[in-house]
Amino acid sequence: MEHRVVITGIGIYSSIGESIPEVLTSLKEGKSGIIYDELRKEFGYRSCLTGFVKDPDLKPFLSRRERIGMHQPAMFAYMSTKEAVEMAGLDADFFENNETGIIFGNDSTAGAVVETIDKARQRKDTTLIGSGDIFQNMNCTVNMNLSTIYKLKGINLTMSAACASGSHSIGMGYLLIKQGLQERVICGGAQEINIYAMGSFDGLGTFSIRHDAPHKASRPFDRDRDGLVPSGGSATIIIESLESALKRNAKIYGEIVGYGFSSNGDHISNPNFDGQYRSLTMSMKQAGLTPNDIDYINAHATSTPVGDTTEAQVIAGVLGSKIPVSSTKSMTGHECWMAGASEVVYSLLMMQNDFIAPNINFENPDEDSSKINIVPEFREAKIDCFLSNSFGFGGTNSSLIIKKFKL
Amino acid sequence: MNRAEIIETTKRFLSEEFEVDPNTIEPENNLQETLDLSSLDYVDLVIVIEENLGFKPSAEDFKSVATFEDFYQMVEVKMAE
Repeated sequence: MEHRVVITGIGIYSSIGESIPEVLTSLKEGKSGIIYDELRKEFGYRSCLTGFVKDPDLKPFLSRRERIGMHQPAMFAYMSTKEAVEMAGLDADFFENNETGIIFGNDSTAGAVVETIDKARQRKDTTLIGSGDIFQNMNCTVNMNLSTIYKLKGINLTMSAACASGSHSIGMGYLLIKQGLQERVICGGAQEINIYAMGSFDGLGTFSIRHDAPHKASRPFDRDRDGLVPSGGSATIIIESLESALKRNAKIYGEIVGYGFSSNGDHISNPNFDGQYRSLTMSMKQAGLTPNDIDYINAHATSTPVGDTTEAQVIAGVLGSKIPVSSTKSMTGHECWMAGASEVVYSLLMMQNDFIAPNINFENPDEDSSKINIVPEFREAKIDCFLSNSFGFGGTNSSLIIKKFKL
Repeated sequence: MNRAEIIETTKRFLSEEFEVDPNTIEPENNLQETLDLSSLDYVDLVIVIEENLGFKPSAEDFKSVATFEDFYQMVEVKMAE
């Protein structure tokens, strides 16, 4: 028997807000979370632009032992998960007695690793590194920390799939629940923002250098874009079987109805029409929907010419030119490992509150973006169903389709 | 460093590192229970001792330590070496 999979909690800690209410306001206002970071200049970055998220003070919430294994990915993830868990009406006592899994997207721990290696080099004695570093250094840091804090007893798995990590985490959780292997999974994505995390990416020359206007720098689909802006934080989505949600009397924020995925099998960094096309069509086929059923597309579009162009071609080819499209990365920057999860949160907020968040800085289309319906300003709109794309280095693609819940 | 200085210094860095009320650090109290030390925390205990007192105790050194009084004695011995 297949199970319907619904969303019962969301949480967000991002450059456009540290909670759902703050982010909702920012999405409506088209607020940019991008800043100029002096530290990046000193470090030798080509681009000094980044989405900014402050390190949260977790001392009021967690013991020393619980905090000591956390660096930015886990710290950010705790904040978004705390909000989602509370929204879902859950807590550690519930999790201890009701099997719940966690599949979280994360693909780096650069800041933590550099700090550990610095200590080891300075002290020349590994026994003086400290007991928390190993739990900060491993890529599964979010899973290790949150599963311990929340006493989770189900699937415990980190999803590392570059900039599609967050999206695949939701997709994989969806499949496990659909098949009846899990009742409830905490999904999400986290992204560190320290200077060590993005230096090598910056070195590829793909980041915007519009230093004189940080808020204008991330401009997906715009003819005059000059690259992406890295960003970070964390987003959490709690998903569960419809039976579980109804039994708990939980509020339902949406239903996952389609998950498509593919690998390009091509270049390590360049996108590829065929791979994206297969991911999109797989999600549509699985959901049993036609383009007329989709009311909004949250594009992956990162503000790089080659990425935006390919996605515009795929959207036009698979879904046509009429469906409203926006890339919330125009406001947040590219939240990388977190993006697939955060963009589901942003889109759910739009669906719940009847609006489409603007693709800010979209002033002039190019040949391909002129063929899709990009929304440059806040627009009131009724959304019953949306599609969210995520594409990553190595050619990993993920597409999720989520509908407004109807019994 | 005399005994009073050892008590004052260790009370400060132990309460800061392990986030306990300094008033709970009394000679007759059990060190592991008072500081809520798991096996992992002993790694950090060694580090704060090394950073604040300049020596690195071994696992062997902790074998005779149950109370803070035992701990102060161990510190005195090690600092005298």
